Amino acid sequence: MRRLMMAAAIGGIGLLPVVAQNAGNAENGKKLFFQNGCYECHGTVGQGGTGPRLAPRPLAAAALTAYVRKPGGGMPPYSAKVMSDAEVADIRAYLATVPEPPKEIPLLKP
Amino acid sequence: MDQPKKPLNRRGFLKGAALAAATTPAGVAQQVRVSAAANVTENAAPADPRITDRPGADFMVDVFKSLGFEYLFAMPGSSFAGIHESIINYGGNSAPEFITCCNEESSVAMANGYFKIEGKPAMACAHGTVGLQHASMAIYDSFCDRVPVYVILGNTLDAAHRGGEVSWVHSVQDAAAMVRDVTKWDDTPQSLQHFAESAVRAYGMMVTPPTMPVVLTVDTEMQESAIPAGEHPRIPKFTIPAPPQGETGAVNEAAKMLVAAENPVIVASRAARTPNGLKLIVELAETLQAGVVDQHRRVNFPSRHPLNQTLRAGVSGKPTTGAPVVEADVVLALESSDLYSTVRGAKQRNPSLKVISISSVDLNHKANYQDFMRFTDVDLSIAADAEATLPSLIEAVKRLVTSDRRRAFEARGTKLAQASRQAAEKARADAAYGWDASPISTARLSAELWAQIQKEDWSLLSDTFWIREWPLRLWNFDKHYQYIGGSGAEGVGYMAPATVGAALANKKHGRLSVAIQTDGDLMVANGVLWTAAHHRIPLLTLMHNNRAYHQEVMGIQGLANRHNRGIDRIHIGTKIDNPNIDYAKLAQSMGVRAEGPVSDPKELAAAIRRGIEVIKSGEPYLIDTVTQPR
Repeated sequence: MRRLMMAAAIGGIGLLPVVAQNAGNAENGKKLFFQNGCYECHGTVGQGGTGPRLAPRPLAAAALTAYVRKPGGGMPPYSAKVMSDAEVADIRAYLATVPEPPKEIPLLKP
Repeated sequence: MDQPKKPLNRRGFLKGAALAAATTPAGVAQQVRVSAAANVTENAAPADPRITDRPGADFMVDVFKSLGFEYLFAMPGSSFAGIHESIINYGGNSAPEFITCCNEESSVAMANGYFKIEGKPAMACAHGTVGLQHASMAIYDSFCDRVPVYVILGNTLDAAHRGGEVSWVHSVQDAAAMVRDVTKWDDTPQSLQHFAESAVRAYGMMVTPPTMPVVLTVDTEMQESAIPAGEHPRIPKFTIPAPPQGETGAVNEAAKMLVAAENPVIVASRAARTPNGLKLIVELAETLQAGVVDQHRRVNFPSRHPLNQTLRAGVSGKPTTGAPVVEADVVLALESSDLYSTVRGAKQRNPSLKVISISSVDLNHKANYQDFMRFTDVDLSIAADAEATLPSLIEAVKRLVTSDRRRAFEARGTKLAQASRQAAEKARADAAYGWDASPISTARLSAELWAQIQKEDWSLLSDTFWIREWPLRLWNFDKHYQYIGGSGAEGVGYMAPATVGAALANKKHGRLSVAIQTDGDLMVANGVLWTAAHHRIPLLTLMHNNRAYHQEVMGIQGLANRHNRGIDRIHIGTKIDNPNIDYAKLAQSMGVRAEGPVSDPKELAAAIRRGIEVIKSGEPYLIDTVTQPR
């Protein structure tokens, strides 16, 4: 459900202000990811929890910023006053460093 | 007042009576008319009616035995000391056996968990005042979760017989008033005969759907004083009432709607009261080749059955508006706990959606507490027990199925099986994310536990909502006792005692009881660890130790953000850290073998192996696993 809402929000990003395409600082992003409580709903490595999975392969910076400002589902909005565009970009940079999950996990075989 | 010429050797007599009672098969015991205690007519009491070897509580124990109770859960209390003493001496502390609890809330929650496994109610005793005040949340949980619990309250009714200050503050005019809104029935008997009749009546009402808790308030004097001279109270014949079945015309109409539907979906919440309920839902689903969404208040449907569409619905044990229901043209809701939320999305998408409800709760609504949920437009409402109605519904459906419809059903079943397979594959793929994370992901925790219990006769006793339902997504549930659902009223402090009560029920069946226990819940009721150790109740507890009241973390975080204030203070009042609680030491202090904290997922398998070894020896074991928030 949240994924659907996120997709819907992304669909509307053309109407939103242009967000700087900042590559971001992953180290600072990790700190912010915890400080801002993102991990509470999305897990410490963005694997998903009450909120949807964010990593690896996070949304594009513009889409992520747009969603953070106007989220769907149960996610609270993070205004620019609480989290700047640059900080969102840093968080995105952290999420991009999360490795892909192992391909073969014996415990997850049917 | 009877005066004994030669006092009977009470213990000698009681031993014989207790042994006879303990070895009497339940079915025979139910036919007892006059109790052993009441039959001692030659044995008169001295002037003080409390100096006696045939107190009223002995007769009460005979009544309890006639009802087949296996356990009584209680923290001791003076207002029911008469019953306590008679159970352990006259009754031989067997059927019912006294299980020592550390809080009355835990007593009731343990009785609740016991019922959900055993299918048979247990007793819980408490003071009519300070005990019931503790017990009330667990009674409310049981009410909302339709679990029968037989609650006995002690109270001193006659003011002239109360002692000092303590006796007075422990007395009340109408003890059961506090929980009357959340029980099915209660009474305050005025004589032993009255007690016997109300005790049997209460049992029958409690186990008749909708099953709910009942309360008997029992006078202290009546418990402790001699059975009045010349009185021969009789234990009434006990018959369990047949559950209410749906009216034939309505059942036939439901069958017609289901057979004609292109995409019927069965949504089951508390539908399978017994293992037979699960079998019946399978039979109905297979006859119709209809998808089933299990809302997991009980195990209603095998998790890996090809017609199980629960994973597509969003997994949650809570009501869902997920894909299978949204795509339906007819929804059959069986004992739905929240029908409005279940069909809201589907009704928005398809205004012509037909909804059939079969619910016993329609037979017994109360007004004050709002567990009846928002009003829902229903096309056919059958006020009856779903499980008892299913046989006639299945027969009616079978009568209507033509060869054309059967072909359509088979095509539908093939599509549903494919969708079910894909959903299971997706669940396994999702579980891989965060696999090596520390704290340990709840998916990894669940998968590691499953790997080591899947070949055993296992039973998961904790609510999976708090761990993203991973066991329900990854494990193979196909037996009724493999899961007991949640608390009913979402009361924190239910899970820990309910798991211990349920594990006690599993013990005699030799099942491997496991629980993934939330930290905040355990801190409400951690005395149950001692109860588990003291009574040697085998239960493997893996902590879901996220060091927070995490649901509330998210709630406060949401508010702080909506109020544009940032979240740097949301830990206040929500986190359980600084200091971190050492759950292994907590358990060890109460006699439970334990280890941890374990925060490296690679250490988990060995820890679980050690735990299983201990519980197979008949003792509880706890592993403090430090986990992701969800």
